[in-house]
Amino acid sequence: MPIAAALLSVAGLAGVAVAAPILTARRVRWATPAVYGASLVFSAVLLVCGLFGLLGGSAYWGGVRLPVGLPWVGANFAIDPLSAAFLIIVNLGAVVASFYAVGYGAHEEEPGRVLPFYPAFLAGMNLVVLAADAFSFLVAWEFMSLSSWALVMAHHHDPENRRAGYVYLLMASFGTLMLLLAFGLLAGPDGGYAFAAIRAAGHAPWLSGLVLILMLLGAGSKAGLVPLHVWLPLAHPAAPSHVSALMSGVMTKVAVYGFIRVVFDLAGQPAWWWAVVVLILGAASAVLGVLHAVLQRDLKRLLAYSTVENIGIVFIGLGLGLAFKTNDMAGAAALAVTAAIFHAFNHSLFKSLLFFGAGNVLTGAGERDIEKLGGLIHRMPETAYLFLGGCLAISALPPLNGFVSEWLILQAILISPELPQWALRFLVPASGAMLALAAALAAACFVRAFGITFLSRPRSPAAETAHEVGRWQLRAMYALIAICLVAGIFPGPFLDALSPASQLLVGGAMPKQPILPHLAIIPISESRSSYSGFLVFFFILMASWAAIRVIHNFASRAVRRAPPWDCGFPDPSPQTQYTADSFAQPIRRVFGPIAFRAKVTQTMPPPGDTAPARLTLSLRDLVWEFVYEPLEGAVLYAAERLNVLQFLTIRSYLSLVFAALVLLLVLVATWA
Amino acid sequence: MERFSLDAAHLLAGGMVLVSFMMLYQNRILGLLNVFAAHAVVLSLSVAWQAYIQAAPHLYVTAAIALILKAIIIPVALHHMVVRLGVHRDIETVGGIGPTMLMGIGLVALSMVVMLPAAAEADPIAREDLALALSVILLGLLMMVTRQNAISQIVGFMSLENGLVLAATGARGMPLVVEISVAFSVLVAFIVIGVFLFRIRERFDTIDTQALDDFREGRE
Repeated sequence: MPIAAALLSVAGLAGVAVAAPILTARRVRWATPAVYGASLVFSAVLLVCGLFGLLGGSAYWGGVRLPVGLPWVGANFAIDPLSAAFLIIVNLGAVVASFYAVGYGAHEEEPGRVLPFYPAFLAGMNLVVLAADAFSFLVAWEFMSLSSWALVMAHHHDPENRRAGYVYLLMASFGTLMLLLAFGLLAGPDGGYAFAAIRAAGHAPWLSGLVLILMLLGAGSKAGLVPLHVWLPLAHPAAPSHVSALMSGVMTKVAVYGFIRVVFDLAGQPAWWWAVVVLILGAASAVLGVLHAVLQRDLKRLLAYSTVENIGIVFIGLGLGLAFKTNDMAGAAALAVTAAIFHAFNHSLFKSLLFFGAGNVLTGAGERDIEKLGGLIHRMPETAYLFLGGCLAISALPPLNGFVSEWLILQAILISPELPQWALRFLVPASGAMLALAAALAAACFVRAFGITFLSRPRSPAAETAHEVGRWQLRAMYALIAICLVAGIFPGPFLDALSPASQLLVGGAMPKQPILPHLAIIPISESRSSYSGFLVFFFILMASWAAIRVIHNFASRAVRRAPPWDCGFPDPSPQTQYTADSFAQPIRRVFGPIAFRAKVTQTMPPPGDTAPARLTLSLRDLVWEFVYEPLEGAVLYAAERLNVLQFLTIRSYLSLVFAALVLLLVLVATWA
Repeated sequence: MERFSLDAAHLLAGGMVLVSFMMLYQNRILGLLNVFAAHAVVLSLSVAWQAYIQAAPHLYVTAAIALILKAIIIPVALHHMVVRLGVHRDIETVGGIGPTMLMGIGLVALSMVVMLPAAAEADPIAREDLALALSVILLGLLMMVTRQNAISQIVGFMSLENGLVLAATGARGMPLVVEISVAFSVLVAFIVIGVFLFRIRERFDTIDTQALDDFREGRE
């Protein structure tokens, strides 16, 4: 039974979390490799459980009921195709991150602040995915939130990290509250909190709609949907890099899992307006996330914003799935949902890869600001090429995996004219356009991230003296890029593997991907469209090989004479290079006034003054301005008004209690 | 016999509500203590009657506790305390007896309206008992809210607790240990409050709780 093995492994992770502080308190030298190694082993077992659950068929599904938790519900855990798929996403990331951390964690200054919480964090994420009742789900969710909060606060000496931790804690509590309300509505007055009971009970349409809104707020705040994304760019960079990779690559997927589980599996038949809400939020997240990412100078923050974008893409896929499901188009819904889950899987791979790359840069050069980097390709060549691979994958370039999932989502968008609702027929192509815009901007963003960080010449002494990192880190990254390549070239088996999950969610599956000639995949039917990653890969290889041969054979080897240093660099100072800000300027010009309220002020010194001219640029996240600042104002206003209540007499407090009691009794009397 | 036991139970429970009203308008402190003792006597009678008709001998223990503790020990101790504090001649200004009584009547009506339909399936003794017990509780709370003297507030609290006991005995199957622990918690509360009263008195030369608020800092 995979579920028993999975739960035992989770218990093992919890045991590691308990043992870690003892090891670090005794200053055991092998504490770091021991903790990460044990985490790796347990995650690997969980990964195998997930693989069995997804590939092995119904023989490996099933649940257990432990006699803890709510007395009439117990603690239920189960593996079904959906949880198995996300078990794989979580634990693949966990295995690789643990492997990476064996090397990376050696640089940790205070291992006692990271080691105990890391396995706890993994245990929490696994329990969320395994939970089969609302109570266990919420407990595991909160466990995951709190342990990741502790990891964000690992480097708490930096005030910016403390602020990040505060914002994260606020958003996490808000999200959990929303989930609590959603599950409360689903369970109904009888307290049927087990997922099986919720599934069996019918839900009124208004109630399901309310649950959707609450889930968008609750799971969306964890996943990073606009406008609840504000904590991601603060908290993800604050944690150690392997944890950033897990938070950005994996934890957001756990939130996506929660959303899918409730909205597709538990809440009953969707209404068509659900798709409208989800699509709009997804498209807004995709575009705004990547626009912010383009302008960031902090490498890890850039990656965090790019996570917002990718979550937006996943939600566009899920919105399409809802649109097709509500119209009983099972095949199309299966395509959209499969594409969304596949993109979640892909994003977990390449986002972990990129965060590992950022971690390497941080270790090697001690710098996250890309304006102070440059030329690292000479000092850290392996990291540079691995990071480049991650950039290619996240920019959705074939033959890597990012392209496959985004292409599948676009294929689902192309079926939208068959939808009966006019609103959806207009909205879906619009979100497709947003998706295309986001993909293009993502490419620009990662050209900039890679180019400014690794190419050209060093912009600071730190970048000049950078050094390559250890083998553990690089091998973890090689493993990730290999999986990215395999998933991009041979996506067919991956899509086939997800078909039981889509069968569970929308009652249909994508057509079985046969071994077509050239290993192509067909989303709908062969006459319509197909894609062969293998052929593309083959042609790219051939074309590159041919180009190299042609250049080597036909290019002139004759000695040429030219002015020195004239290859675009007549002045050898690094200041003359393209900078990150200058690269982003055109995009800032186009979108800045609307999306960021960008303001550029130039101060020229008066004639005769020798002071330098200054150019100051101010950017604002409008979400802060239009959502959070008014909210903060309202809370402060209410708090000041309610402050009076702190200084009442005992008798007034008693009277308040009394009045509340009488009021409630009157309510009961009038309603009964 | 069925009919008679029902009527007697109602009579006793209704008697408690009546005594609660007597407490509401009693503005002399010693008088109030006497009425409180009467309240506890009626309570113990009511519990004993319940023990008889439910054939539940452990309820006799509850009745005995109520009689000894609440009808004798606590009133006597409060009496001593009042004399030692020298407030036994005080007459408390109860803000508007008429409105208070009207509010009390409203509360009784409210608890009837709430409880009778809510407990429609329960057996008639428990149902009416619950409604009357809720009235006693609400009247006790009303007393705590309307009085300023600390002693009157304690008496209000104790009568509220009497209502709880009445409700608990009306429902069949309440284990004895719960009732005993409730009784002892009341005793502990009484001791704590007694100590507290002397401390207040020592500090402020009064047991009018308004004085505490006047001394409080940081008020806006």
